[in-house]
Amino acid sequence: MTTNLAAKAEAVSNGHAVLEPLPADRKIVFEGVSKFYGEVLGVNRVNLEVSPGITSLVGPNGSGKTTLMNLMAGLLRPTTGRISVLGVSPNEPELLFDHVGYCSQFDSFPRGATAREFVEFYLRVHGYSRQRTADMAHAALERVSMTEAADRKIAGFSKGMRQRVRLAQSIAHDPSVLILDEPLNGLDPMARAEIIGLFRRLADAGMHLIISSHILHEVDMMSDSVVLLHNGYIVAEGEVHGVRDEIGEHPIQILVRCDRPQALAARLFEHDHIVEARVHDDRGGLFVKTRRPDEFYLLLNTVIVEQNLAVESVGPVDDDLNAVYQYLITSEGGQH
Amino acid sequence: MSTSPTENEMQQPSLSVHGTGYHGWALWMRQTLAILQLELVKNFWGRRALLLYLIAALPVALVSMLSLLPPDADEMRELGRLSQVFAAIYGGLILRTLIFFGCAWVFMNLFRGEVVDRSLHYYFLSPVRREVLVVGKYLSGLIATIILFGSATAASMLILFYGLLPAEASAYFLSGIGARHLLTYVGVTILACIGYGAVFLIVGLFFRNPIVPALLLYGWEWLNFLLPPGLKKISVIHYLHSLVPVPLSEGPFAVLAEPTPAYLAVPSLFIFTGVIIFLAGLHIRRMEISYAGE
Ligand SMILES: Nc1ncnc2c1ncn2[C@@H]1O[C@H](COP(=O)(O)OP(=O)(O)OP(=O)(O)O)[C@@H](O)[C@H]1O
Ligand SMILES: [Mg+2]
Repeated sequence: MTTNLAAKAEAVSNGHAVLEPLPADRKIVFEGVSKFYGEVLGVNRVNLEVSPGITSLVGPNGSGKTTLMNLMAGLLRPTTGRISVLGVSPNEPELLFDHVGYCSQFDSFPRGATAREFVEFYLRVHGYSRQRTADMAHAALERVSMTEAADRKIAGFSKGMRQRVRLAQSIAHDPSVLILDEPLNGLDPMARAEIIGLFRRLADAGMHLIISSHILHEVDMMSDSVVLLHNGYIVAEGEVHGVRDEIGEHPIQILVRCDRPQALAARLFEHDHIVEARVHDDRGGLFVKTRRPDEFYLLLNTVIVEQNLAVESVGPVDDDLNAVYQYLITSEGGQH
Repeated sequence: MSTSPTENEMQQPSLSVHGTGYHGWALWMRQTLAILQLELVKNFWGRRALLLYLIAALPVALVSMLSLLPPDADEMRELGRLSQVFAAIYGGLILRTLIFFGCAWVFMNLFRGEVVDRSLHYYFLSPVRREVLVVGKYLSGLIATIILFGSATAASMLILFYGLLPAEASAYFLSGIGARHLLTYVGVTILACIGYGAVFLIVGLFFRNPIVPALLLYGWEWLNFLLPPGLKKISVIHYLHSLVPVPLSEGPFAVLAEPTPAYLAVPSLFIFTGVIIFLAGLHIRRMEISYAGE
């Protein structure tokens, strides 16, 4: 820690603080973290460093997103390993939640409360005065566009409204780390865009946002970095573009539209960089998964001439995060 | 737990100042008071409060009926006899049953109720030491039960005496002995809430379905008089029993133990309570939230 401070001081005096690696008190760090629920694996051997900005946790149901978030918030205790959130252990809620807001996946509320009462209630628990509490709660409800319904009972709210109220509760005390477990659940497209805009503004102001999601094009759109989880393991991690590069060596999928896809498939299988070849449902094309797209294109040229194929089009099927995700989670690959 | 900055705070100056501007004891006091206020509202107005009012109203209703329709009126219309009757009502019904189950209901629900409603995580996600949460909630339960059962105890006694011996009651309560008995009963009620409150708070932390442990404890407290002296001391009723102003015979099977004198019984009960609350604090620090079935 002393060295960290010294490094920071030096960096600042050199005038290039931005280029220095972030000190531990500006990062969220997982060191060898595993969590077992009895025999059931939650997450396994997670090593992760999260910097400011929007980090998305992506993975199918049961992959360990919520477990990872609950560990970060101290709702769960790791079976092994260490976690530090801006230098604070999740075992110290008094320090932690002054700077951390968590909008969990539990869609439940204290009974009988209105939206405003709910947000104010827990601000009072922080120790804020009544006036401060009222102001902060109002500001938070305003940010999620819930001021009109603020004095209605939550019990009568739609799923999207409940989601917004919980979001308001988690940002009401101006945290610098915001953990959001599927925060866009139940919101309509307009609301999603609006809330994503809010996340973007918070991240641009220097906050850490850790957001779990299933909806990939949104993740792709808003994230600065992505953590892909599968079966409790982190299978890929990095900046969105970095994660895409990471599969440079992994197969990419190419669709060849042509007249005799079976014949093409038969020839392609002789080469071991071809991982998979699958005839399109309309029998007018072939999906090819290859590890070496460049070699594949050369090979394709020879086969076209050889077999006298009529080729209509050739091109990669999916060039976004979806491809990475699909690859990683369907082939059990990528566990490095 | 001093108010001086911890190692952590010195290293992260930005994290050392709580958003509220308070820290250490001042912060804990503020937060305890806030939790106390918020929980009191729930204890008195929440949907679970109804049963508590019913339990507290029961002895009052019973003595009201007794004083209106005395079964054996003449025999009861005598001060000494009446104080025996009240001692029986208090010891058998109010203390051992109503306060017992009333405290079970209130204190077990402090945490278990929030697990059932799935709202406990909001507290755990607040910048509050979990021990502070335990203390705030415990105090809120204490205030609610003491107010309700304290007044139920006093009202029952007053109604019984004024109902059956209207002529002598005033003199009895004003002369001193009646007043002393009344205050002692209320005092025992308060101590019972303190002791049973702590016991049920921790039971509610450990058990998802606390009915079985509550019934076991009920049996233990009733059979206390049969236990050997060493075991007797591991109960709340043992300490309360020796404080009640009019001792009740425990029957021919009772195992006699030195009654604990008040100057020992009261501090013992406080120590017992303190230890339990301390254990609850230790336990809640390690508690995880995974509402079953999630
Ligand atoms: N309380 C629990 N008890 C036992 N196993 C659990 C518990 N909570 C989670 N698990 C298991 O841990 C694994 C990870 O679950 P987790 O809830 O973290 O996944 P997730 O990625 O959040 O899924 P979802 O997308 O459905 O929210 C799953 O296999 C799940 O069955
Ligand atoms: Mg989840």
